[in-house]
Amino acid sequence: MRFIFKTNYAQDINMARHGGDRFWYGCLILLMLAMPLLIDDFYLGEISYICILAIAGIGLMILTGYTGLASLGHAAFLGVGAYTQAFLLTHGVPFYLSIPIVIVVSFLVGAAIGIPILRLTGMYLAIATLALCFIAEHVFIRWEHFTGGNRGMPVPQPEMLGLSFYDSATFYYFCLFFLIASMLVAINILRSPTGRAFVAIRDSEIAAQSLGVNLGIYKALSFAISGAFTGLAGALLAHYIGYLAPDIFNIFLSLTLLLLIVVGGMGSLHGTIFGAIFVGFLPQLIAICRDYLPSYIGSQPGLEPMLFGLILVLFILYEPLGIYGRWMKIKLFFELFPTYKKQTFKKQKVFTKTDRV
Amino acid sequence: MSLFKVENISIAFGGVKALNNVSFEVNEGEVFTIIGPNGAGKSTLFNVISRIYQPTEGKIYFKNNDISKVAPHKISSLGIARTFQNLELFENATVLQNLLLGRHIFKKTNFLNEMFHTPKVRKGEMEHRLKVEEIIDFLDLQHYRDTLINGLPYGVRKNVELARALCTSPKILLLDEPSSGLTNEETNDLGFWIKDIQSILKITIIMIEHDMSFVNKVSDRILALNYGEILASGLPSEIKEDAGVKAA
Repeated sequence: MRFIFKTNYAQDINMARHGGDRFWYGCLILLMLAMPLLIDDFYLGEISYICILAIAGIGLMILTGYTGLASLGHAAFLGVGAYTQAFLLTHGVPFYLSIPIVIVVSFLVGAAIGIPILRLTGMYLAIATLALCFIAEHVFIRWEHFTGGNRGMPVPQPEMLGLSFYDSATFYYFCLFFLIASMLVAINILRSPTGRAFVAIRDSEIAAQSLGVNLGIYKALSFAISGAFTGLAGALLAHYIGYLAPDIFNIFLSLTLLLLIVVGGMGSLHGTIFGAIFVGFLPQLIAICRDYLPSYIGSQPGLEPMLFGLILVLFILYEPLGIYGRWMKIKLFFELFPTYKKQTFKKQKVFTKTDRV
Repeated sequence: MSLFKVENISIAFGGVKALNNVSFEVNEGEVFTIIGPNGAGKSTLFNVISRIYQPTEGKIYFKNNDISKVAPHKISSLGIARTFQNLELFENATVLQNLLLGRHIFKKTNFLNEMFHTPKVRKGEMEHRLKVEEIIDFLDLQHYRDTLINGLPYGVRKNVELARALCTSPKILLLDEPSSGLTNEETNDLGFWIKDIQSILKITIIMIEHDMSFVNKVSDRILALNYGEILASGLPSEIKEDAGVKAA
């Protein structure tokens, strides 16, 4: 077990807690950079997809995991990002300009949606964002000039410096770059006063307010930041898919993102990566399992959504902290071995919290 | 001259008059205690002062400025901090994060430079931390810095909430039942701290309290409320003799 002797306040602010962190995350980045040498194109594509999911997951994690606002409509932001990117590239805007524009557009869309619905909380917010998801899908269908309607819209693949997105290694490196950049920005936001204000809103709105946090502004900001990350993921997703159709951005995609953050672990950025890996590989896993199941189960069409739902429920019941929480427990088990107690993570029931002011 | 003045505050929830024509003044540097039986309107009064409730009538003055129309999130930057009767801590954050949130009103950086963690952000964080550490030393919270609120005993939580309020560097501190749920020993400590807050940090305290022996020990003046109306106000010794208070 490692004991950290703190001699400077900066140690609590720094990203890496100690040398071990620096070493292991460095190794991870090297491994990720070497990935195209190790695996074939199909799996490289899968990992690119996981990176995209993780970026969207960061977006939703900031909103739901840190600010405590549930959203069932994040597919809409993915859609906004994807269509904006496709539209810009079709009209000859170069890639290095289109990405910042996509981020700004989805930030503004997030703020525009956030401001009217931030008065809602809990269940009502979930319903409003659910409605948002359906409205967005209809807009994508009807606004043919911009989206190509039901006919869909091809996404031009950009070429820069002799590199093309058709090459899966190039695309993979772009996704990886944006994932790492998003992660760093998210960490920076969360360790700053703004990030703390988000957590404050999640845990007690009334106390946050009495400490001077402007609830309206910070909730809208959280929505906007979340929208920006998800929009960026949407832009990359557009390149991944190659051809946009409105029905991609349906409720099921929103639920997938929700599953991602719940399974990964609410309120942790590690969780988004774990969750993205899980959600990204789950369809493959189901596809493989189908072959081994008897045909009357294996060939059922609704198997995937059903399993997604089942996993979501099981995680909420048995491991609310998700894969990341489980990882922490396993780590602690080995750190404290052989003195680990099962009760360490048992939550004490607290009855002091009421709705009374 | 009074630092803080409440003038003819009334508030009604439907037909219930929670507060009826309540006025009082608090002088700079004193400990002013509000007592009264359950449902007397003490907490309502606090919520009116921290602008969570809008009074039906009346005005609140702080340093001779009318604050009865100020937005709730601006109250703390004026210098009024409060604690809650049923703790309102940020449960899934560490003690340190809770206390740093107390410094929220002093944040000078905006979202853009926070996104890239510029040196300005780091410098700001260091300054906040320094102030927070002063409060941690003051209230003996050194052991708990990195503990989640979830895992703390009740007494320490109350202490953290007091610390969080102090982190906002207030002029007036509103304490809603600071001693409820504490052991005798903890209540004693609290008594000393309140005296220290008054004399060392020069903060005026308005407090709601039930424990009469504690009240008599720390407060300079007392206001007794019942059914939203003022029964009596004055020095602790006078209140003890007041017939109306005894009846209530």
